Amino acid sequence: MKKNEASKRKVKKGHSVIPGRGLTMGITVTMLSLLILIPLASIMAYSFRLSWSEFVELITRQNVVRAFATSISCALIAAVINSIFGLILAWVLVRYEFPGKRLMDAMIELPFALPTAVAGITLSKMYSNQGIIGKFFDQFGIRISYTKIGLTIALIFIGIPFVVRALQPVIEKLPESFEEAATMLGASKTYTFFRVILPELTPALLTGFGLALARGIGEYGSVIYISGNSEKNGTQVVSYVIMQKLNSGNADYEGAAAIALVLLIISFLLLFVINMIQLAAGRRTK
Amino acid sequence: MNQKADAKRKSSQMGIAPLVLIIISAIFFILMLVMPLVIVIYRSLKDGLALYVEAITADNTLSAWRVTLIATVIAVLVNTFFGLCAAWLITKFEFRGRQVLSTLIDIPFSISPVIAGLAFIMTFGRMGWATPFIEKINEIFGTDIALVFSVPGVVLATIFVTFPFVSRELIPVMEAQGTEEEEAAAMMGAKGFTIFRKVTFPHIKWTLLYGVILCTARALGEFGAVYAVSKARGQTFTLTLEVDALYMAGSADSITQAFAVSSLLVIMAVVILLLKQLVEFRMKREH
Amino acid sequence: MQSHGGSGSQARSVIEGSDADVVTLALAHDITLIEDEGLIEEGWIDEFDSNSSPYTSTITFLVRAGNEKNIQDWDDLIREGVDVITPDPKSSGGACWNFLAAWYYADLTYNGDETQMKEFVSALYDNVLVMDSGARGATTTFVENGQGDVLIAWENEALLALEEYPGEYEMITPSISIKAEPSVAIVDENVDSNGTREVAEAYLSYLYTDEAQQIIGENYYRPINEEILNTFSDTFDLSVELCTIDDFGGWDQAYEDFFQDGAIFDEIYNAE
Repeated sequence: MKKNEASKRKVKKGHSVIPGRGLTMGITVTMLSLLILIPLASIMAYSFRLSWSEFVELITRQNVVRAFATSISCALIAAVINSIFGLILAWVLVRYEFPGKRLMDAMIELPFALPTAVAGITLSKMYSNQGIIGKFFDQFGIRISYTKIGLTIALIFIGIPFVVRALQPVIEKLPESFEEAATMLGASKTYTFFRVILPELTPALLTGFGLALARGIGEYGSVIYISGNSEKNGTQVVSYVIMQKLNSGNADYEGAAAIALVLLIISFLLLFVINMIQLAAGRRTK
Repeated sequence: MNQKADAKRKSSQMGIAPLVLIIISAIFFILMLVMPLVIVIYRSLKDGLALYVEAITADNTLSAWRVTLIATVIAVLVNTFFGLCAAWLITKFEFRGRQVLSTLIDIPFSISPVIAGLAFIMTFGRMGWATPFIEKINEIFGTDIALVFSVPGVVLATIFVTFPFVSRELIPVMEAQGTEEEEAAAMMGAKGFTIFRKVTFPHIKWTLLYGVILCTARALGEFGAVYAVSKARGQTFTLTLEVDALYMAGSADSITQAFAVSSLLVIMAVVILLLKQLVEFRMKREH
Repeated sequence: MQSHGGSGSQARSVIEGSDADVVTLALAHDITLIEDEGLIEEGWIDEFDSNSSPYTSTITFLVRAGNEKNIQDWDDLIREGVDVITPDPKSSGGACWNFLAAWYYADLTYNGDETQMKEFVSALYDNVLVMDSGARGATTTFVENGQGDVLIAWENEALLALEEYPGEYEMITPSISIKAEPSVAIVDENVDSNGTREVAEAYLSYLYTDEAQQIIGENYYRPINEEILNTFSDTFDLSVELCTIDDFGGWDQAYEDFFQDGAIFDEIYNAE
């Protein structure tokens, strides 16, 4: 394996005999620039209309800082919960046979396909103190819709497919003999899980975690209906504050762009790390 | 509920841990994914079938269907073409900036849809810097292109949010496949497109279809970015915008209608996901 | 072109390039935004009668049938245990009227003592359970999701809810409120390029005719035509004392004093 990999990379480093490099490079870069990068650059250009001190003053405003704190902390919690449930779901879907498995597997991506506005409206109804699930928790004085809990639930909903789909292929490749061998050598189940299985899954788990986190931090549609958007209760998310800046009596485009820029940088950094993990893992398993 | 009973039946052979895991999964699955679906369908039919039919055949809904389909079809075509090119480039060649390029492609995957909408407004809106160019083009060619508050704007926004869906599915598969086969074919004198068609394509066809299906699903459901560039109900509204408009119209009937239109989207989502499952099944069988 | 969305977002769509011929927005301030971009000519407010507002409304309370919490006036909203639903004035133009109505009540109650007035509105917004981004969202939260005891709503929205859900709600008109004046204007830049100025002007003038005023009244907005308004005295509580935006020095002044970043709303709502 190792040798093979080394020789392959040597070939790649030199001039490849495979055609299409120039053409695909041209198409990829042009389309990427026109459709994605140029529009995003406009946001940067707009936010640069503010002076540096105005920019700093704006993004360190209490409501902006709080919104970032809310978005990041709720997305983090949701991503952690998704990592746990996503791992269980992925494991169950790969390793066990049970009725309804096919259906379950098919529906994991529902949050991708369901319009976020529909998801938000439905979740806020379900978890309000009049709703089918909210009613139950309300007996114990726990409110879900219009609190951080509701906000986090919406983020769990939209993030779950990222984790499951990142893990599934890796678990599939993990030979069952792996665990059997470990068990036969006398390792306990927990030991096997934490010392043998989990390390194998870590890159994929991190990828899923990172994607769910990145998506959660910027989420808008599903969140605004369920969060209550209260600055005081810390349920305003960053996307809401951007929209608020735009819809306010000032139509503050520069301010909106400045906050968007910070969000954009966070997304990019997260993605960059995820891609590094993924490529590294890809090389390792090849 | 049925699942629990069946799982119990199996528990004799399975041991306690798998059973617990399956039950946890089932509960999570039902609470988080099935319930919202059931609620949408239930709420849409609560006030009778007549209102449901009225909602899904209303002029605004039909117009929204049209816009949604146009945007989805174009977005899927564009992104499939792009996805193939980008995946070929990234997996078959080694070059500087490969890492950054693949990250840049993925940006729309995690970006806030609010930012996507804002980006288009700031580029192609009245105060956007690209607007004078477009006006110039319109002047010269006598065209009447407008990129915001128009169907082309909706299409662009949809392309943006679904941009990486195909490439992201293709890249890992093509990366794992390596380059030997293509190199061999190239050395035997095969032309570029022939190599792709004869050597690469058979390996990736199911993955490609899978990516196309995911892309379709996401395009149908996009809300945030489209919301920013589409303001005319009955003209440039997509189904998701129509849902929002109906829901926000505030009357009892219109809320029911909002859920009715939502149910259309939900049914489409389920159909697409089942289709995806079928593709996945074929994918696994071939490997 | 039928537009949709909150007042601010509609103003924005015109600024961003939508080709609407006329705008009807919840507050004059949003039209000023379009004017600042040079798309509407100065002096639009005098182009049509009564400050270019062909109809008005006011701010009322919508409560659940039976009015269990016995809400009668603004001071009932600050009582402990009363859950209020009202949208975010920083993102919804319509909601600015809600805030100003409460402020005016406090002004009269505390004889203009600003500290007490701030305490009052602060206590009121403390009771706000859900702050939606727009008026319609707030109505839906109150009606569809059953949140809160009282919705601070435009009178027309409240009356519409009474009609839509017979027997489920009651409308309470407070002792003091504000005359909410939505504004209409022609988007000069757009009508000139679309060649539709005449149609647009005819449409807006039509809103002032007896026929249109009658229809306006039937849709629960208060017609500005006094005679026609009086025929709707069963629908509207015409005895309520109404302040106007002029009591706040006009919209631009009011916006700066109350809703700008760091202005009074931020102050009272963020006070820990």
